[in-house]
Parts: sequence; structure tokens; C-alpha cells
Amino acid sequence: MTPLDHKLLRDLWRLKGQAVAIGLVIAVGVLVLVMMTGLVSSLTNTRDAYYQRYRLADVFAPAVRAPQHLVRDLMAIPGVAAAEGRITGGALIDLPEQKLPLQARAISLPDFGAPRLNDIYLTDGRRPDGGHTDEILLLRDFAVINNLHPGDTLSATMNGARRIFRIVGLAQSPEFLYATPPGEMAPDDARFAVIWMGHTALSAAYDMKGAFNEALVSLEPQANLEAVLDGVDRLLDPYGGLGAYGLKDQLSNRFISEEINGLQVMSVAIPPIFLGIAAFLLYIVILRMVQAEREQIGLIKAFGYTNAEVATHYFKMILAIAIGGAVAGCLMGIGAGRAMTGLYQLYFKFPFLLFAIEPASLVTGFAISVLAASAGGVFVLRKVFALTPAVAMHPPAPADYSGSGRVTGWLDTFLDQPSRMVLRRLTRHPGQMSGAVIGIAAGMSLSVAMVSLLASFERTLDLTFNTVDRSDLTVTFTHPMSDKTIYELQRIRGVIEVEPARIVPVILRNRLKNYRGALIGLIEKPRLYRAIDDKTAPILLRKDGIILARALAEILDIRPGEMLRVDVLDSHRPKLTIPVAGLSDSLLGSPVYLELSALNLALGQPNRVSGAFLRIDSVYRDAILSKLKGMHAISSVTRKQDTRAAFEKMMDSSSGAMRYVMVAIAAIITFGIVYNSARIAYAERARDLASLQVMGFTKGEVAFVLLGELGVVTLIALPLGAVLGHYLTFAVSKGFSTDLYQIPAVYSPESYGFAAIAVIGSAVVSGWLVKRDIDTADLVSVLKTRE
Amino acid sequence: MTDTTAKPINSFTTSGLTKVYGEGKAQVHALRHVDLEIPKGEIVVLLGPSGSGKSTLLNIIGGLDRATSGTVHFEDQNLTGMTDAQLTSYRRDNVGFVFQFYNLMPSLTARENVELVTEIASNPMEPDEALALVGLHDRIHHFPAQLSGGEQQRVAIARAVAKQPKVLFCDEPTGALDSLTGRAVLNVLKDVNEKLGATVLIVTHAAATAAMADRVIYFADGNIREVVENKVKLAPEKIEW
Ligand SMILES: Nc1ncnc2c1ncn2[C@@H]1O[C@H](COP(=O)(O)OP(=O)(O)O)[C@@H](O)[C@H]1O
Ligand SMILES: [Mg+2]
Repeated sequence: MTPLDHKLLRDLWRLKGQAVAIGLVIAVGVLVLVMMTGLVSSLTNTRDAYYQRYRLADVFAPAVRAPQHLVRDLMAIPGVAAAEGRITGGALIDLPEQKLPLQARAISLPDFGAPRLNDIYLTDGRRPDGGHTDEILLLRDFAVINNLHPGDTLSATMNGARRIFRIVGLAQSPEFLYATPPGEMAPDDARFAVIWMGHTALSAAYDMKGAFNEALVSLEPQANLEAVLDGVDRLLDPYGGLGAYGLKDQLSNRFISEEINGLQVMSVAIPPIFLGIAAFLLYIVILRMVQAEREQIGLIKAFGYTNAEVATHYFKMILAIAIGGAVAGCLMGIGAGRAMTGLYQLYFKFPFLLFAIEPASLVTGFAISVLAASAGGVFVLRKVFALTPAVAMHPPAPADYSGSGRVTGWLDTFLDQPSRMVLRRLTRHPGQMSGAVIGIAAGMSLSVAMVSLLASFERTLDLTFNTVDRSDLTVTFTHPMSDKTIYELQRIRGVIEVEPARIVPVILRNRLKNYRGALIGLIEKPRLYRAIDDKTAPILLRKDGIILARALAEILDIRPGEMLRVDVLDSHRPKLTIPVAGLSDSLLGSPVYLELSALNLALGQPNRVSGAFLRIDSVYRDAILSKLKGMHAISSVTRKQDTRAAFEKMMDSSSGAMRYVMVAIAAIITFGIVYNSARIAYAERARDLASLQVMGFTKGEVAFVLLGELGVVTLIALPLGAVLGHYLTFAVSKGFSTDLYQIPAVYSPESYGFAAIAVIGSAVVSGWLVKRDIDTADLVSVLKTRE
Repeated sequence: MTDTTAKPINSFTTSGLTKVYGEGKAQVHALRHVDLEIPKGEIVVLLGPSGSGKSTLLNIIGGLDRATSGTVHFEDQNLTGMTDAQLTSYRRDNVGFVFQFYNLMPSLTARENVELVTEIASNPMEPDEALALVGLHDRIHHFPAQLSGGEQQRVAIARAVAKQPKVLFCDEPTGALDSLTGRAVLNVLKDVNEKLGATVLIVTHAAATAAMADRVIYFADGNIREVVENKVKLAPEKIEW
């Protein structure tokens, strides 16, 4: 080992606190990159493998009633690999201990053997036997939560008829990774079930003998999805085809894909921020180190070392820290990726997991951290090159503070000696000080943004469940009813207010863009369920045009005043063209509103309602619920509190949990930056401070000189960090928003509070750590050697 | 140390050497037209008051700094026109430095500080040998902070001579030392001159040092005032401080 390498190792050891702090910042950046990309690729691989192994269809095509022989025609469509017709329908499950009937989807399986498409994963028991029409399979998580087991019986209403079934097994399905009750946004395992049963039994229940009401189609590898969708639509049209759609529009898959996309966005957006900050820190540290060692550098040059040799020496130090950080980041990233993937497996209910770390992410993480560190280093090395060896020959010149005299002159009269030293140093080295200020502000902005994100989710929930939806219960009917039903509901004791609604499934089209959603018909000035604008003020519904969610308008690339095509997938399936009258800023889902009577008119079905929003007196809640449970035409009753709970649960798991991870990481970074600033300041001034002590200043006064500087820097950084955080919040919110939910960039005082506390806390802890070093510093050795 | 007639007898020859620091009103003329000859293998003492330009001269002929005008020749090479890289290799191959403030690397041991130089020299001696030469064979694993000032300066000398330089530059080598230690250090320099045949140039403001030199150059206000050749050299331990 060469002497310079000895020096390198000893310098690293001397700077270990800082080296570790910077390495940690780099490690965290690499960790996030490796973890997130690993998570994304693991989840994508697992999802795809699950879909493939259980033969999930590529195309779903609901219809009213199509003859069984049509399956052969479906197979004949070019690009179709396999096709299947199945029966599916809504059902209500009546559990004795539940006040409300629970919603379920009944799906047919072949009487014997496995289906060609959309197979199930049997977790307990066996498949139903085609010969026994009362045998069913139940969605596993629903069964577990409601304490149902194979061998139990289950009372369910299908097509208006109540029957008793026997559970013979439990199953999971790639089709229902997210079990979401119809019309809701958040999955809720407790309130939504899937019932699989034999084809014969189910065709009897839904009056579908010799027919099917949903076609499933899988594609050949090179097939053109749009062409197949068209072909399927054409075939099913005479049989009440409700519009074929691809897997990407399938609800469960859409949720999963949105989650994975969200992770993907984070994996691209977050690590560069961390690595950028790490590079900046390295730059500051090495720069100051080079300044502190200028005489040593001059000396080495005087001996005849070349610029390249000297530069290499300092570059090795940068590389050592960067590579150390990158290695730690990779290892921690693999570990964290594995742990997170495990969590996600539970959440997504994958029966197996294909854990894969992207080798590319390790390489990228490595390369980026080394490059980022080097970029910082290059600027410093320019200074090394510029140093003449003659500096080694001069005794150290005292830093020139003469310029600061004027700036602080009038202040001096008020200040004691140590305070003056703090102030002069700050004004004398504006470059170094602003470096520290910017670094700390950057760390703080990260904290602000990450905590704001938590607040944003809260805000989304608050707006949705307190401002948009002010009802207590939502009731849907099995089919559109006369609006007289509303009066019936109104008459129930304890019901304060009832508001009618008509919700029809639609495909919205604008030029080549289309979106499957629901058109919501409400009264002109709704009180219980409202559209709101960007100032959360209610929007009046219009008879002459649609109010469109802003996120949806972006997806459809349409503006108010333009015409929107609306293909209704209900009644006689009219194709309407309606102007967009305005935009709403609902944050959850992408709702589309039209005034109720106008909607009914367009559908050619006056005075119809498909559901209602109720506000009730909570004293009568149980009585109201049991009354509703007994009403025939009601297909579902949903309590807002249940929906909200389901949402909160969703927000707190998976990507929700990821937000907490990000907050923790932001806090680590913030601490890393503040601690580094304190350490650097101390390293630069160790000798001055020792001299002060020799002159008779107490340790407290000496610490004040140093920590006062840190304090001032921190105080200046706070407002700057708040401003940076404000802008970062916007960027991050935008990245997290999807068409399923929008994350508003909210101003949340608590996130600024949290970030400020994180910064101040870091400053206090860092100050304490440095103060400890000042207290134990060996005066003599500090003074004896010139560093 | 072969001697051929083609070889110049001077280590250094300068003519019209001028160094100006700063610009305008703040200009300082550190050197004013210095013409100087330093013969090979001699001990030369450069004497003069503080601020007279001694260090500046040393830095320029040592290849650490550049003159504003004039020329410097080392043997038959013209230092004035050299690139940075050429100056670097000039220092690497020929020159040893000793500074007033020792300038050891605090993070390296005595031997490692010497190795710093032997590492890159073309014909170095063993680091331990160099340390033995300055009487520090029992201190080789000590860090600078564990050594006294005189010991640190002797490490610095070991470091400078370990490459077996043709010239050794010492800027106030005893400036920070007491007289006893100072004499010991000067003794080491004399040894080096005798054993290695190196030209030794000692810069000092302590007039007594002149007694050990072959040649004394009196410096004042950026120029040579007088050059005296000593007929008799005094051993350093005899010098009156
Ligand atoms: N880097 C510099 N910038 C400006 N002036 C300098 C610099 N170095 C030396 N000087 C000036 O040049 C003159 C000679 O300095 P120096 O050679 O160090 O003197 P000596 O070594 O004889 O004490 C002094 O007046 C000094 O102030
Ligand atoms: Mg000098």
C-alpha cells in the first residue's frame, strides 16, 4: 500500500462520522431505487405469471343473453386463442349476524373440470360437483373474515329467489385480486363475496339455460386487441352486448396496475432527489476538506506528485464513500425489496411470489451514485489542480475577515466577542454558508413533501366523505324503479332526507380516447351527494350538459363546450352525444354527472331511479337497516362509514405504507445533511476553537461559536426549505395522482411543522454530538499539527 | 556523481530574475533583477531580513512558483520555459524541500511520511535508512503529533533527502526550533551535503548560520547585496547562536 493510500484510509477513519452520514444518504437513494424497481418487477412478474397460470382472459364481454353456440363464432374471430361463455350475476348474501345483506357476484364454472379461461386457485376443500346444484365455492378472504368454512351453509338471494347453499371449498382468483363491491372504489373483503358454482345450477338460477351473459376471450400473441374487441362487439350486439373491454379496463387489474405504476413513478422520481442531495453533500465535504488540506496538497505537489496523482488521491476518497454507500444501498435495497414484496403479496393476495431484483437497478444504482459523487468531485478537483505548490511554503495565512467589518460594523456594538465571531464567519464565507443552507433546506423540503402527501390523502378522504358525499346510506335497486320508491324510503321512520339517483354504466368516447365509467344522474341541486369545484363549492347539475371530473377530461382530452359521445350500456343501449358543460374536482374516482330528468329523458325512461342517498337519524339506524334488508327491490345498502373505512385501510396498506417509508427516509436524509454541516464546520475550525480554549474561553463559549453558526444556518434554512417543500409537494402530488384517485397538493401546516421539527431536532442532536467532540478534544494534539 | 568536462559546474544560474505580486497600487516587487550563481555541491546560506524575498527566490528556483521575468537554469535546463508537468518531474527527480513548519502529513507515521517521497523517486534510499541518517531509527512508527518539533523537522529532512536529491532547499529549517535542536538539524544538513554530494540551499534570517556555509548570499529588498565565500567552514555545533 502506498503512503497516500495510508493517508486515505486514516482520513476516512478520521472523517468516519461524515463519511457514514454521506454514505447513508447515498445508500438511501440506492435503496429506494433497488427496492422500488425490485418491487415493480417482482409484482409485475408475479401478476403476469398468476394471470397466465390461471388463464385470465384478455377480453371481457358482458351481454344480456347470448346463445351458447356463439362461443364457436367468437373463437373464429382472427386473433382469438380461446373463448368461453359463462354466466354471472349479482347476488346478496344474508349472514345472520349482519344487519345488511352483503353483495356478491355469482360466477359459473363448468359442471366438471376446470374452465378454459379464468380458472380459480382452490385454497380449501374441492370444486363444486355439477351433479349437486347447491354446492358453491366462496372467495377465500370473504370466507375468512366472516368465519365461513367448507361444510357451512350460506343463504343467498339470486335473481330474487333465496336459496340455501353448501360451501364445499374456498378459492382465490386473479380476476378478484381487488374485491371491490359494485359501485365502490376501495376493496373490502368483508363486504364483497364471489360465489362460484356449477354452470347448470347457475343457469337455472338466472334463467340462462343454453345461454351465457359474459364472454371471455384470450388472444393470440400477435393479435390486435382493438380488432378483436370490435369483432366481439359485433357478434354480441344482437344479444344485448354491453361492450367488450380489455384486461386493462378490468377493475381489479386496473387497481393493481395503478399501484404498480405508482411504484414505478416513485422508483424513477425519488432516487434522483436523494442521489442529487448526496452528490451535493459530497461536493461540500470534499471541497472543504481540500481547502483545509491545501498546504498538504501543495506539499505533495512540491515533492513532485503530479496533478493527476493528487487528484486521484482525493477522487479515491469520493469513490470509497460513494461505493460504500452504493453497496450498502444495494444490500439494504434487496432486503427491503424482499420485505416490501412480501407485504404486497399479502395485500394483492398472490398465491405465490416471483421475487426478482432487477440486476439493472443494481448497476444503475451503482453507476448513478458514483457519477453523482464524481460530478461533485470534479468541481473540487479543479481547485486541486489550481493550487500551486508554493502554498506549502507559506505559513497559514489567517482568513481575511476585513471585508466583513463594514457589514457587521454597526451590529458589533451590541454583540459580545463570540457572537461577533459567529456573525463575521457567516458573512465572510457566504458560499460555504449558502451551501449548508441549501443542503438543509433541500432535506427539509423532502420532509415537507412527504408529510404533505400524507395530509393530501387525508384531504382526499375528507373531501370525498364529508363534502361530496354527505349521506349516511346509499341504496341501490335491482333494476330502475319508479321515482315513487323514493317516497316509500322517505316514509321509513328515522329517515331524514332521501335523494334519488340514476346510475348507468357507460363508455365515454372522444375521438380515439375512451373510458368505461358510470353516468350519475342527480337532481339539479343535490344536498347529499354533490359535484364540487376546485374551491370545494358545490356545482349545480345541468340539464343541457355533462359535468366531467377534471382528471377524466384530461384522459379524454376534452374541454367544456365540446361534444362527448356516451354509449350507454343499459336499457336499450342508446348512443348519446352530450356537450361537456363543466368540470368538477372530485378527488376519488372519475365521476360524470348529468341532471336526473335529462338523463332519464335521454334514456327514454322518464321518472326512473336506480338508487338513493339517505340521511338518517342514527338513533333509528338498526331499525332502518332491517327494514331495508327486508325490501325486495333493493340490491345493496352501503353505509358510508364502511366505504370510508375500506378506503382508509387501502390508503394505509401497500402504497400507503410506502408513504410512511418515504417519510422515514426523508427524515434520515434531513438528519444526514444537518449532521454533515455541523461536522464540516467543526472539522474546519477545530484548530481555531482549540486556540480559543487556550486563550481562556470556556468550552461552552467555544461550543457557542460553532453551534451558533449551525443555529443561524438552520434558521435561515427553515423558511427556504418551506418554500422548496411547497413546490416539491406539487410535483410529488402530481406523480401520485391517477384517474382512480387524485392527490391534491394541500397546504398542511403540520407537514411544515413536522419538517421544521425534523430539521431543528437534527440540528440539536448534531450539535450535541459535535459538542461532545469539542469537550473531549485533545487540545495539545489539535494545536500541534496543522491540518 | 560522475564528473565530465561537459557538465556545468553551477547547480543554478539566474539572470534578471524578477517577481511581482499583485497589481496596480498593491504591487509588491519581491525580487528585482536577481543574477545569481550557485555552484554544485556547496552549502549556500541565503541571509536577509524578513520580507526581503528569500522564500520567493527559493520557491522559484525550486520549481514551486514562476518568475514574472528573467530566467533560471538548473544545470543545463531552463526552468523558465517549462510546463507544469516538466516542473513537476524536475522536482520529483532532483529537488528536496524542508520547510520551517515541517509540513508533515498528520495522518501518516514518520516512515510513511518518508515513503510518500521514496514512492515516486527514481533512485531513493530505504526510508528507514533516511530516518537513521537523521537519528530517528527508533521513532519510525510515530505520528507527527507524537513527536517534538525538532524530531518533526528531522523527519522532514529525512523525507527530503530520502530521494537522494541533487539539491536540497531548506526554508528557515531552524526557525521554529531552540538552538540546541537547531544545531542538530543543521548538522544533519551538513551530513547530507557531505554524504550525498547534494547542493544545499539554506534560507534563514539567523546570521550565525552563515558560518557553516561554503558561500553566503546577503539578501535585501528583493536583491543580492553581497556574496561572501567562506575560506573556513565552521561545524554546526560550533556555531554561536
Ligand atoms: N503570495 C503573495 N502575494 C503577495 N505578496 C507576497 C506573496 N508572497 C510574498 N509576498 C511579498 O513578497 C515579499 C517577499 O516575501 P518572502 O519571499 O516571503 O520574504 P522572506 O522569505 O524573505 O521573508 C514580501 O513583501 C511579501 O509580503
Ligand atoms: Mg520566508
